[in-house]
Amino acid sequence: MSDQPASTGASTTGLSKVRRLPPEVSILGVLLGIILVFEILGWIFIGESFILNKQRISIIILQVAVIGIIAVGVTQVIITAGVDLSSGSIVGFTAMVAASFAQSAANSRAVFLDPFYAKFGLGWFVDSNPFWSILFGILCGLMLGLINGYIIAKTKIPPFIATLGMMVSVRGLAKWYTLGQPVALLNDSFTWFGQSFNVGGFPVPRPVIIFIFVAIICHVALTYTRYGKFTYAIGANPQAARVSGIDIGKHLVKVYAVAGLLSGLAGVMTAARAQSGQPGMGVAYELDAIAATVIGGTSLAGGVGRITGTFIGTIILGVVTSGFTFLQVGAYYQEIVKGIIIVTAVVIDQQRQNRRRKTS
Amino acid sequence: MVNSMVSPSTMKAVRESGAVPGSEYLLEVDDVRKEFPGVVALDNVKFKLRRGSVHALMGENGAGKSTLMKIVAGIYTPDSGSFKLRGVDIRLQNPLDALENGIAMIHQELNLMGPMTVAENIWIRREPVNMFGFVNHGEMRRRTQELFQRLNIEIDPTVEVGRLSVANRQMVEIAKAVSFDSDVLIMDEPTSALTEKEVKHLFTIIKALKGDGKGIIYITHKMNELFEIADEVSVFRDGKYIATKLSKDVTRDEIIRMMVGRDITQMFPKEMVPIGDVVLSVKNLTLNGIFKDVSFDVKAGEILGIAGLVGSGRSNIAETVFGVTPASSGTISIKGKELAVTSPSVAMANGMAFLTEDRKETGCFLLLDIQENTQMAVLQTKYVNFGFVQQHALGVDSKVMSDRLRVRTPDMQEPIINLSGGNQQKVLISRWLLTKPRILILDEPTRGIDVGAKAEIHRLVSELVKDGVAVIMISSEMPEVLGMSDRIMVVHEGRVTGFLDRKDADQVKIMELASH
Repeated sequence: MSDQPASTGASTTGLSKVRRLPPEVSILGVLLGIILVFEILGWIFIGESFILNKQRISIIILQVAVIGIIAVGVTQVIITAGVDLSSGSIVGFTAMVAASFAQSAANSRAVFLDPFYAKFGLGWFVDSNPFWSILFGILCGLMLGLINGYIIAKTKIPPFIATLGMMVSVRGLAKWYTLGQPVALLNDSFTWFGQSFNVGGFPVPRPVIIFIFVAIICHVALTYTRYGKFTYAIGANPQAARVSGIDIGKHLVKVYAVAGLLSGLAGVMTAARAQSGQPGMGVAYELDAIAATVIGGTSLAGGVGRITGTFIGTIILGVVTSGFTFLQVGAYYQEIVKGIIIVTAVVIDQQRQNRRRKTS
Repeated sequence: MVNSMVSPSTMKAVRESGAVPGSEYLLEVDDVRKEFPGVVALDNVKFKLRRGSVHALMGENGAGKSTLMKIVAGIYTPDSGSFKLRGVDIRLQNPLDALENGIAMIHQELNLMGPMTVAENIWIRREPVNMFGFVNHGEMRRRTQELFQRLNIEIDPTVEVGRLSVANRQMVEIAKAVSFDSDVLIMDEPTSALTEKEVKHLFTIIKALKGDGKGIIYITHKMNELFEIADEVSVFRDGKYIATKLSKDVTRDEIIRMMVGRDITQMFPKEMVPIGDVVLSVKNLTLNGIFKDVSFDVKAGEILGIAGLVGSGRSNIAETVFGVTPASSGTISIKGKELAVTSPSVAMANGMAFLTEDRKETGCFLLLDIQENTQMAVLQTKYVNFGFVQQHALGVDSKVMSDRLRVRTPDMQEPIINLSGGNQQKVLISRWLLTKPRILILDEPTRGIDVGAKAEIHRLVSELVKDGVAVIMISSEMPEVLGMSDRIMVVHEGRVTGFLDRKDADQVKIMELASH
């Protein structure tokens, strides 16, 4: 019974040739605005520049690199109208795994010298090539992401629940791995990946290079490949995607696997940077990654979002944290304000969507 | 009219004081007009509901019955016209207004909260409370039982609604409507999901309500029910009021003629093309609980029309053939080869394409642009190299297709949400044509779009069959089915009730097969 016309577009065609500016422009504006505010406050209260400080910039980008790598994966998940809460726990576990493969032989208490692991012949990996650390760290992330994807695709339970379960279990797994002990004394060839190198006197942390690399690959994948097109399609309208012949379950497995893999990579980077693996690593990283994604203009309703936005969103989070430290604002205030920023970003996102609906 | 109009709150106060004189008609609607962008849904119609009577509304899909009822129930406000409730002019603002003025609508899709109990559902927002402001569940139960007794309903008030059968849920809805002391009850196809025995029970309840002096508006497609329960019947067609008759003075044939009696305008450029071999053959296709034993063939160059009322299972059949909801049993063969169509991608790999009925829900990616909407299906199989989309080639071909369908847009990067319904539909058709289908299933291809776009889509379908494409076209619009089809399959309640050849088919025959 539809006596009501199903037509949606009221105006026949939007013949206006006015192209909307890409959403990144407004996010970039926000970033510059925030930097400007810190700069002014810096001169007023501290008497020095916020931005013209190599050390500070280096710290900002180092801080954002790990969250950024996770956020790139989370962005893809959120574009499918899903969510991944397990990223932080996966960072913790993969940091432990990667570290355990990179322990220096000088450490008589290396994990793989423990009889439990030694009996599997893992002792061979002590002081081995960092290739193994990185490979196994990433593989563990990939595996956990695949499990997320399979559970969501097969059981059709909400991604929130599936990845919440994963978040709890994997945190337990990280602790069980060494019965709660940190994994320390890593060899230099592994920790090399977490350190900085100099470009014209400017210290560039290697994780940042990896972050940029990952962001570019994923941006290309989302924009130019079938994988990307299907990701947007599923988030924009799952029924239409299904009728268009897209196997939604299969595709979601891929997307969550990518997110898991990137969390694994982030775990490896975390261990390399901290020169140790600790089971508590990465706590609440998933929330920072989601926040960066949302600030970057990705809609939690799915179908909308870009890696470039997430990239800027990540930097915004880093700048805010660093700026407050610079202004000597207490850590507690920082958290309070960070929360407000996240909520504000989503409110703006919501209003932007409502406006779009109204113009139709 | 403005001067004599009484505000709903005044009306309510008057009603509560009991001062309203009993007029003969509970409801008088006159000269009511309602337009939606591009469509006149109601063209100055009238309708009168007598106290203590059952008044049936009949008409094809899109005739305006539901729009009229939504106006009566306060969901829509009319653009113009007069509306009298118990002889007093009134303008309803919203559904709550209608309810408080004694008009209750029992919706086709039931509006109950599954996890809450029967009693809680009925008294929601009006829960009896004790002196501390807490809900008095005992009192609520007692009131529910009282209400059920009056209506001769046997349902435990403490059971969760979600655990009731559809029929019982409907009873709860009716009881809820009665609990508002409503005088006007609107029932929109109440028996569509009921068994014969349940229908009998419903009818005894309706008769009881009638005896209490209530007026019941009864929307139905079923002729036999009409003669069994209704006192009067009003027929609508294309948003216009046709006639009101006493049901004892009218015959089934007369009603059908009033419902369909219009000329088929010559807007369907049907060209006779040579019809080839059978391309798609469906045998005994069954989807449990939805449709049963559906068999048909479609030949190259043929247009098979599927007619039937909304809810008859027409769209479900199409969905199953395309693999959206795989069949429970039966076979689908393409060019003589039997196939297990378990998903849309299997259907597509075998040359099928499916334009779905609901443009918004299952068609458009509203957030994406025209280019992306056009390419989504063909990307399954073509224009991809090592995972990378060949955006240039695809862009060129999409543009060609879009021009061929005369999609009116500044460019392919325009968000599809900015297009009119007709242009959106053309984009969706070009999505499927890019896959070069041999079998094209069109479900309501021209619903809700303007006449010009309609004609263009019909012309395009004619072109396609000339190239030997087999077309299945589902439509609620009789003239469209009659104008375009080579053969028409009529579906009623999940069963095929007959096939009509183009030369034998007319609206009356289709209506007879479709409403049994």
